Amino acid sequence: MTDAPSPRPGGAMVEFDSVGLRYGPDAEVLCDISFNLQPGSFYFLTGPSGAGKTSLLKMLYLAQRPSRGIVRLFGEDLVHMPRQRLPGFRRRIGVVFQDFRLIPHLSARDNIALPLRIAGVGEEDLSGPVGEMLSWIGLGDRADARPATLSGGEQQRVAIARAVIARPQLLVADEPTGNVDPEMAMRLLGLFEALNRLGTTVVVATHDIHLISRIENAQMMRLERGRLADPTGALRYPPANRV
Amino acid sequence: MIIPRVPVQHRRLLPDRRLSGPTPWVIAILMMLTLLAAAAGVGLARSANAIGSAIAGRVTVQIVTANPVTRAQQAAALRRAAAAQPFVRSARSVGQEELQETLGQWFGSAEGNDPVLQSLPLPALIDIDFVGEDRSGHMAQLRALVAAEAPGARIIPHAEWLGPVAQLIRSLAWIAGGLVLLMTLASAAVVIMTARAALATHFPTIEILHLIGATDRQITRLFQRRIAIDTAYGIALGSVVAAAILLLIGWQWTGITSGLAATASLGPAGWALLLALPLLAIALAALTARQTLLAALKKIL
Repeated sequence: MTDAPSPRPGGAMVEFDSVGLRYGPDAEVLCDISFNLQPGSFYFLTGPSGAGKTSLLKMLYLAQRPSRGIVRLFGEDLVHMPRQRLPGFRRRIGVVFQDFRLIPHLSARDNIALPLRIAGVGEEDLSGPVGEMLSWIGLGDRADARPATLSGGEQQRVAIARAVIARPQLLVADEPTGNVDPEMAMRLLGLFEALNRLGTTVVVATHDIHLISRIENAQMMRLERGRLADPTGALRYPPANRV
Repeated sequence: MIIPRVPVQHRRLLPDRRLSGPTPWVIAILMMLTLLAAAAGVGLARSANAIGSAIAGRVTVQIVTANPVTRAQQAAALRRAAAAQPFVRSARSVGQEELQETLGQWFGSAEGNDPVLQSLPLPALIDIDFVGEDRSGHMAQLRALVAAEAPGARIIPHAEWLGPVAQLIRSLAWIAGGLVLLMTLASAAVVIMTARAALATHFPTIEILHLIGATDRQITRLFQRRIAIDTAYGIALGSVVAAAILLLIGWQWTGITSGLAATASLGPAGWALLLALPLLAIALAALTARQTLLAALKKIL
C-alpha cells in the first residue's frame, strides 16, 4: 500500500541539513535550517509570528520542497524524490492545520475516515476505528454533523482525529490549540501525548509557552527570523546520536 | 474506461451538485451542430460521388446537319456504329418527342405538341456511355467514329458542364467536415475549461486529499467521472435533437425524386458514422478531462 520505508534503526526520522526556503524571487523565509527529529520524540516549535514556523511545517508534511539543502524523511531524500512517490510518504504523516481544513460537505465521521478511505481500507473495516476515534475525541453523538454545525473546539478535535486515525509515524500540528479555550487546549495536548506514547513522533507549533512545560521530555525548537536557534547543538546532534 | 468506476464513498468527496451548470447545455448544442454538419457532409459527399460517377463516362453527340433526312441518317448510323464498339456500354438516340417535351417546358407548351416547337430544327442527340475507366482513350476512338459517320457533329462530355457542380458539392462536403472538426475542438475546449474550473472550485478539497496521501489518479478519477457524466448528458440531449431534425429532413426529402437532390442520402455507412460520433465524443471528453486534470495536478506538489 505504501512505498515509504521506515527509518533505519537508530536513525533520525527527519533530517534537515542546511535547508533554505524562498517563495519566488524574494529573500529566504527559512535559512540554514539543520535539525534531526528522533522517532518517538515530542517537539514544540515556537517563535514569533512570521518567523517561518508554518513554512517549516509545510516542508515537514510535504506540501513544499526546500529551495536548497537536504531533507530526509524516513531515511529517504525528499528533495529529489519523484512526486508520484510522495503520496506513500504523506500517508505516514498526520497533519493538524491551524484552520482545521475539514471538508465542509462531509460529516465528522466521513472527514475522520478520509485517510483510511484514501489508503484503500474497505468500508467494512472503517466503522470500528472511526467509531473508536469519535468516542476518543468525545464526539460520538455528533458523528453525522457537518463541520459548519460544530464549534471551533469540536472542529479541531475532528481535525486531530483525521490526522491520527491512520496511526501516522509523524504528527505535525500547526497551532492546534490556537482556537480553543485553555481547558480544551490541555485535553488536545493530552491526545497528542497519548499518541506520542504509542510511538508517534509529534511536532507541535505553538505560541503558548505554558503548553511546553506540560509535556515531559519535550524538546523545543525556536525559530527567529527564519533561522533555527540551536545554541547547544542538541537539535542537530541529538544526544542519542552523539559520538 | 470512458466513465471510471469510483466507490460511492469516494464520490461524496465532491459535492452532489453538478460541476458546472452550463456545460451539458453547451455540449448539447455543439453535439447537435456537429451531427447536423456531419450528416450534411456525408450527404453531400455521397451526392458528389454519385454525380461524378454518373457523368464521368457519359457523352452526348450533337448532330446539327441542316438537312433533316441526312441528320437522321447520320444519327442512326452513328448510333449503330457506336453500339458495336467494345468501348461503348450503351448508345441511345434521344427521340425528337423527348426533346420537344423538354423544350416545351420552357416554351409553355403543356403536351409538347406546339406547332411552333415542332417546326424548330432540333439537333439529333445520341447519349453514349463508355465502358471502364480509360476515358481519354475512349474519347479519341469516339472522335474518329464521329468524324467517319457524322462529320461536323459535336461531342459534349457531361463532365464538362456537370463537373463544376460536382466539384462545388464536394467542396461543400469538405467544409462540412471542417465544421465537424472545429466543433469537436470547441467541445474539447469546453471540457478543458470545465475541468480547470472544477479544479479551481474544489482546490481546497484537492489540497487536503493530496496532503492526506491521495494520488493524482485517485483525484483525477473523481473529476473525470463527474465531467464524463455531465458531458454524456449533453451529448445525449444534442444527439436526440439532431436525430429528430435529421428524421424530419429525411421525411421531407422523400418527396424529392429528381435532380441533384435525389442523389443526396446518408447510406448505411453515414448512419453508422452518425451513431458513432456521440460515443467518440464521450470518449474524447473523458480523455480530454483526464489529461487536463493530470497536467493541472502535476503543478501542485
